[in-house]
Amino acid sequence: MPSAESATRVAFAATGVANLASIQAAFRRAGAAPYLAADPEDLASAAYAVVPGVGSFGSAVSALRAAGMDGAIRDRITRRAPTMGVCAGMQIFFEASEESPGVEGLALVPGAFGRFPSSLPVPQLGWNRVTPPDPDSLGASLNLAESTEALIRPGWAYFANSYRLIEAPPGFDASGAEYGEAFVAAAERPGLLLCQFHPELSGPWGLALLKRWLAAGAAGDAAGDVLASKGRSA
Amino acid sequence: MRSVGALRVIPCLDVDGERVVKGTRFINLVDSGDPVELSLRYEAEGADEITFLDISATIESRRTALESIRRVRDAIGIPLAVGGGVRRIEDAARLLEAGADRVAVNSAAVADPGLIDELASRFGVQCVILAIDGRRKAVGGAAAWEVVVEAGRRATPLDAVEWAREGASRGAGEILLTSIDHDGTGTGYDLELLRSVTAAAPVPVVASGGASRPEHFVEGARAGARALLAAGVFHRGELTIGSVKRSLAEAGMEVRL
Repeated sequence: MPSAESATRVAFAATGVANLASIQAAFRRAGAAPYLAADPEDLASAAYAVVPGVGSFGSAVSALRAAGMDGAIRDRITRRAPTMGVCAGMQIFFEASEESPGVEGLALVPGAFGRFPSSLPVPQLGWNRVTPPDPDSLGASLNLAESTEALIRPGWAYFANSYRLIEAPPGFDASGAEYGEAFVAAAERPGLLLCQFHPELSGPWGLALLKRWLAAGAAGDAAGDVLASKGRSA
Repeated sequence: MRSVGALRVIPCLDVDGERVVKGTRFINLVDSGDPVELSLRYEAEGADEITFLDISATIESRRTALESIRRVRDAIGIPLAVGGGVRRIEDAARLLEAGADRVAVNSAAVADPGLIDELASRFGVQCVILAIDGRRKAVGGAAAWEVVVEAGRRATPLDAVEWAREGASRGAGEILLTSIDHDGTGTGYDLELLRSVTAAAPVPVVASGGASRPEHFVEGARAGARALLAAGVFHRGELTIGSVKRSLAEAGMEVRL
């Protein structure tokens, strides 16, 4: 186990009622040191940041806005600083959700969430197969930077959601799952990983994803330095 | 037909303080282990979730049970549902803070159904489980089940099927349905009760009470349950999670193997 001082620190944005125990325990198992961001500057400047997901779309969005964290998240996205959104913490990045009509999301990613059809038991509670996009498909290969490998691998993930995104957002590599219909299980692009499922509750598969995310962030950091120095020399 | 994900197989830990116990018809408790060791063993065997029922009767053992929840949470990487003694919002908040992903309410919701609405609006429907203990009523004609509370000791005027419907409409995201008649008997789930509740409630239903053989789990799934719970048969090693899941898969059902 790395010591608390040497471990990678991961800042969490408080979304009010979120249960942080599970996701923080999972990050500790992944070798990182999770902590609650004290203020927007803390969140903006953190090496890694997570927007956790429990509670409704509306309550999560208003908790983030009330704490001024929306600006910090926006700032991170602009800089492509490693950021992850989980479940409701994924949904707040988008424009809207049927769950909280009239509430505007952070709208950093286009798209809106709708409810699963009532012909199925809702919420979806349980494990579902996640399928990464076909690497040969044109859309997927266009959306990923050449040097970046998709973080999501095929496997079983744990979901707890009533609302879902149907259309893959433009500019993202989207993984799918089926709950009576196909929906977006995760969407990623360099610097941003949005998971509808709970990686912290998805067993060894989820833990491996957290580790890859941490590793990609470290690698991205190095790449960013290279880009920055190229920029300076140009 | 598109997939609706995997059926869940859930071992239930009845915990008094720091020890797992399991009653037969809720009486005659026999100690069967440390909650952390058992949870880890079940996770490795393929458990899809752990249900932790705090049956502590004293304030002191309740405090110890909270510590057990923290230890289980730190150890496992699968969902943890916790019930027992949830009377108020604060009780649920304390369990979530200790590491529960979802909380179950039973007797307190019967006394004050508004508690379900409050929990759902505060923590989200996916977080709220309504535990219903149903007992078959000796009446002529159609089958009926009354809701019993206080670990099966007290009957209420509520009808179990109606209560499941109402609970879901108030914001329970799942029904944990235990047949008091079948619990501890090993005769299989009460399938008629299960069919009635799954038809009435638009949320996932967890079958509980009576499963002792792989085919009981298959029957429960066919009766509409999305998750299948058992305790003693797993604790005593009479069945493994893996063997149950293989039986479900052989019956053509989707499970996470």
